[in-house]
Amino acid sequence: MINWIWAVIVLAVLFGLAFVFRAAGAAATGNKPYFRDMPFAVAFGYVFAAAAIAGGVWLWFVPGAVFFRWAVQFFVAAAIAAFIFRLAGRKVGTEATKKAFRHMPLTASFGLLTILIYALISVFAGLLAPYGQSEVVGAVNLLPGGDVANGGDPAHPLGTDQIGRDLLSRLLYGAQNTVGIAFATTCLAFFLGGSFGFLAATIGGWFDNILSRIVDVLMAIPSLIFALLLMTIASAWAGSQQWQLTLYMIVIIAVIDSTRVFRLARAVGQNIVVMDYIEAAKLRGEGLPYLIFKEILPNATAPLLAEFGLRFCFVFLTIAALSFLGVGIQPPLADWGTMVRDLAQFINFAAFSPLAAALPLMAAGAIALLTVAVNFVVDWMLQRSSGLKE
Amino acid sequence: MSNVLKIILQRLLLGLLTLFVVSVVIFAAVNMLPGDFAEVILGQGATPDAVAAIRRDLGLDQPLVLRYFHWLGGAVQGDLGTSFAQANFASFVGEGAAKGATVMQQIAPRFENTMFLAGVTALIAVPFAVGLGILAALYRNTAFDKGANVFALSSISSPEFFLAYVLILFLAVLNPILPSLSNIYDGMGLGERIEKTLLPALTLTLVVTAHMMRMTRAAIINLLASPYIEMARLKGMKPMHVIVRHALPNALAPIINVIALNLAYLITGVVVVEVVFVYPGIGQLFVDAVKNRDIPVVQACCLIFAAAYILLNLLADILSILSNPRLRHPK
Repeated sequence: MINWIWAVIVLAVLFGLAFVFRAAGAAATGNKPYFRDMPFAVAFGYVFAAAAIAGGVWLWFVPGAVFFRWAVQFFVAAAIAAFIFRLAGRKVGTEATKKAFRHMPLTASFGLLTILIYALISVFAGLLAPYGQSEVVGAVNLLPGGDVANGGDPAHPLGTDQIGRDLLSRLLYGAQNTVGIAFATTCLAFFLGGSFGFLAATIGGWFDNILSRIVDVLMAIPSLIFALLLMTIASAWAGSQQWQLTLYMIVIIAVIDSTRVFRLARAVGQNIVVMDYIEAAKLRGEGLPYLIFKEILPNATAPLLAEFGLRFCFVFLTIAALSFLGVGIQPPLADWGTMVRDLAQFINFAAFSPLAAALPLMAAGAIALLTVAVNFVVDWMLQRSSGLKE
Repeated sequence: MSNVLKIILQRLLLGLLTLFVVSVVIFAAVNMLPGDFAEVILGQGATPDAVAAIRRDLGLDQPLVLRYFHWLGGAVQGDLGTSFAQANFASFVGEGAAKGATVMQQIAPRFENTMFLAGVTALIAVPFAVGLGILAALYRNTAFDKGANVFALSSISSPEFFLAYVLILFLAVLNPILPSLSNIYDGMGLGERIEKTLLPALTLTLVVTAHMMRMTRAAIINLLASPYIEMARLKGMKPMHVIVRHALPNALAPIINVIALNLAYLITGVVVVEVVFVYPGIGQLFVDAVKNRDIPVVQACCLIFAAAYILLNLLADILSILSNPRLRHPK
């Protein structure tokens, strides 16, 4: 209760300060229009921003605010890395990539850099990770930090989990498994949704009608709920075959997500099918495969590429959610969603060992970071292709 | 007016039809399972006689179509069957008076809890998102707008459990302001109940706010080039007034639409958040049932989630029709 009272008091003080700020500004500048006509909300915004910055600086020096310092350090490091990456992109590469980098906002270059790093880690996880992903290497529940006095071990910088597997290795392998599986699922969803969508657009008629109605029905069930329902059935089918369940999951999520891709591919395809060059190709006597791959597909790449990024995010989040709930990617494969669930209890020790509490957040943050990065890049691509400047 | 009524009636019928087809899909999917209720109930010691007896008792020996309508008829009247986990052998061979807990008994209190969580979330999220969207439209292309955009993109693309654990870390563990476990029980005071619901509700708010805010902002900015907005500006109206009095009412249709769609999305988000906070809602029941392969419960939860989803989508449709004056007052 006392916290709420404090919040109200702080807010009231800020309101007062905003009035003072505007009045002082007007007085100091000899009643310049900028201050005289300033809406109260803008004055409040300035005061609020100043208070937030002051609060941040104060928080930086509070000994207990480790997480805040980490967050700020990460944020600054990310901004610098993105800036350097953009600078490098402007100097190195072909003319086209140089041009793309020239007008790139910092968020997009951060996104590109992050995606690049994730791709490298997921490909070379086997070389980077010090231990195998399901290898039981040390004592159980070693704390992170590598400090022997605090219950750690220098050989395991992030500690070990409840059955003694190296967490750093599992985090790195998680990139391979979680991202790899999500990527494969998205590709499958695009293959299914894209090909059926284009077919529906080109053939039309009853074929289009039937497919569209099926998709309508599948889309009427919320996707996570539908995925959970189908996973129940898949788990009964798979029995004790854990890898089979992972395979079923890929197919299930791909089918559910392909309905969304189908919608887009069909809509884009229908706009292209009525073009004159399609008519010309049909008159030339070209077959269906030629029409789809040589005429429609090249003209539909821009919207489909943006959709691929967004779809990847949704698939990735769905898989992470399923794994977090315990019905997704199955052990012994290392995977971020499962890691979050297994390590979640450590959050309660935040006051004693911040690094241990950060472990579940690292796995969850790894998921969040990639989706944020992809979203930043897609946002920029959409803005660029639509020519939106606002 | 009859025109609007006709459209709404059409949408309602379409929604009912969708719900019917969805129930067929759910029923068909569940019937793809190997084995049936009788075998699962009896477990290892199933003799053919006992299996046959239970099948006859429950009507599992009847054709699929008949069973479907039996299930649907029951579901409409509020009878969703008996949970595997709660059922026992005796209750089926017995006189039927001592049946195990029905799915309905399990779901009803949890459904209420979930509705409470969704309600609290909506109460926080909708004003917050619309307000933020209006402010972002008012101060477009300023640092505030860009900051809000980055915040929205980041929170929309983070998994629910990440946001949940970050909130737990800062608001429950490091600064013990709110409880991190939402153990709701019967007979709890409203104040305490809200306090326990606040953290999951805040998490869900973060999840759904972004989309609503961006949509509000886009819908308002779309209108700012219209002549009547320019007129209002030339009259010397304050920018806030221009947006709230002139732009907002015309932007209401897409905003209402996106609010309803996001409330529908809440239903999906609720599952993960309830598990994180151990909130005794329908989502947690669903996940437990999925893990235990408790088919009647899975089926029932799925139907409820789908029904709510379809209903909210329908609501979005109807409200956006109603908020369009051209449709309400046909010439």
